[in-house]
Amino acid sequence: MRKVGVIGAGMTLFRRRLQETGKEMCFEATKMALDSAGLTRADIDMVVNGTAPDAFDGVHMKGEYLLDGCGGYRKPYTRVFTGGGTGVFSSIAGWWHVASGLADAVLVVNEEKMSSCQPHPQSVFAHIWDPILDRPLRPNLVWIFAMEMNRYMHVHGVKKEDIARVAVKNKRNAVGHPCAQLADPKITVDDVLNSEVMAWPVQRLDISPPSDGASAIVLASEDFIRRRKIKDRAWMSGVGWCIDSTMWTDRDLYFPEYVARAAQTAYKRAKISDPRREIDFAEPYDPFDYKELHHLEGLLLAKKGEAPILTREGVTERDGDLPVCPSGGLMGVGNPIAATMGQKIGELFWQLTNQAGKRQIPHEVHTGVAQAWGDLMPLWW
Amino acid sequence: MTQRITKWPGVELSAADLNEGKVTQTRFRPNAKYAWSAGEAMSRFLAELQNGRLIARTCRSCKRILFPPRMFCEVCFRPTDEWTYIQDTGTIETFSISYLDTDAKRIPDPILVGVVSLDGASPKMGMMHYFGDMTKDEIRIGMRVKAVWKPWEERRGSVLDIRHFGPLRKDAK
Repeated sequence: MRKVGVIGAGMTLFRRRLQETGKEMCFEATKMALDSAGLTRADIDMVVNGTAPDAFDGVHMKGEYLLDGCGGYRKPYTRVFTGGGTGVFSSIAGWWHVASGLADAVLVVNEEKMSSCQPHPQSVFAHIWDPILDRPLRPNLVWIFAMEMNRYMHVHGVKKEDIARVAVKNKRNAVGHPCAQLADPKITVDDVLNSEVMAWPVQRLDISPPSDGASAIVLASEDFIRRRKIKDRAWMSGVGWCIDSTMWTDRDLYFPEYVARAAQTAYKRAKISDPRREIDFAEPYDPFDYKELHHLEGLLLAKKGEAPILTREGVTERDGDLPVCPSGGLMGVGNPIAATMGQKIGELFWQLTNQAGKRQIPHEVHTGVAQAWGDLMPLWW
Repeated sequence: MTQRITKWPGVELSAADLNEGKVTQTRFRPNAKYAWSAGEAMSRFLAELQNGRLIARTCRSCKRILFPPRMFCEVCFRPTDEWTYIQDTGTIETFSISYLDTDAKRIPDPILVGVVSLDGASPKMGMMHYFGDMTKDEIRIGMRVKAVWKPWEERRGSVLDIRHFGPLRKDAK
């Protein structure tokens, strides 16, 4: 396997509704990523697109629909789709293009336009449920998270206050993010605890709402980076991904075993034996505040049940010992599903190349981990 | 975001911009309809629901009693072996008190919904369903419950043939 580096990144504003079409958003993010790497489309060998359910945009096979905006014209072009996991999984697909030697420079472009779906994208989320076992119950997607969050709280005796701290931290972290939809410098734990109950234990400020946005990164081989004398690069030293069974009512929801397996694969590849010591900061997937905690434990950065304690003690703050979601995450920047690559892989690149501006972690960092999760219960990294 | 990038693209719209036609737009309403053949395992499962019974499949290799039933074991990756009935009683593994309906519309009377693991199936194996005959203050994880079946004539071969799972009282068993 060849060494692969991230050499550029870009993203649009994340907003509940953007005027730009999906293609236009992709073009903007892609152009920004190419410019930041000092490259043009001619330098790119292959293009990977990541975008979540077609039903949001209302365009079937929207990978093809978006390809011109992704710089895919007359290039080997692939769309990957793993639900919310697409936010990180598409960059894994980009990685294997380069690591295998098939390509020297690859664009990865992720997009989501959830505002097109009327009146609320929730109505199409219903289509991910099993048509025989689940759908007759007319489920709402929030139920999944509510049931998982309740189980997690029950098993470890976690208090809602400690979960709300994640929402507060991430919405405050997002204040320094130019694309943020949900930054709030003044938010408090009480604001979260007093927000509308949607599906208990999930309240309104525990959730990252729908969003429009696009993000892009450029990946290149070590040879390419050396040849072009590219200074700003972050090496992808390990990747892993894993999925559980779709029989989600057959397992204990309190611990994401699939994340742990994906993490172990990635750590092994990166020769990391003690992740808690060797990883300096993390961007776990946080579409709901409790998910950050759940995923930190899955990533083996906290023991089971320990993530809320680390959060309470300030360990996961930007200036803490293990900064978590210094970007502001999905809770603070927004959640245009696949496009959250901007806060995950994009943020790792910006932090590791000292370009994160107001969000820069104050101490020196060398190694970060990003993770995303998608579909009913399954997952990646 | 970088300090080098100064312009972040994107023009924000409000709900009114779209709903009141203040921006140029186009609309479309799909009319997609589906009919799913229930397949081998689910056809039997649904027929048994109509009879007021829950059925599972066994795998001789991993010794699990698989519920919901399936014709192949995803762990051993071999065909499952036999049909076996399980009980309609179980334990609440997790739940939610939902003030959202399927379209995220607010509802005043919450839906109690969650996962019930069923007696007779392998540990933790169960299904999602509604809970009833209990208040939102009474429901708790670990609570013992029993299926409340619709009357025979109202059953249609659907998970809704169970109205909900209600508290399992000692005198009921």
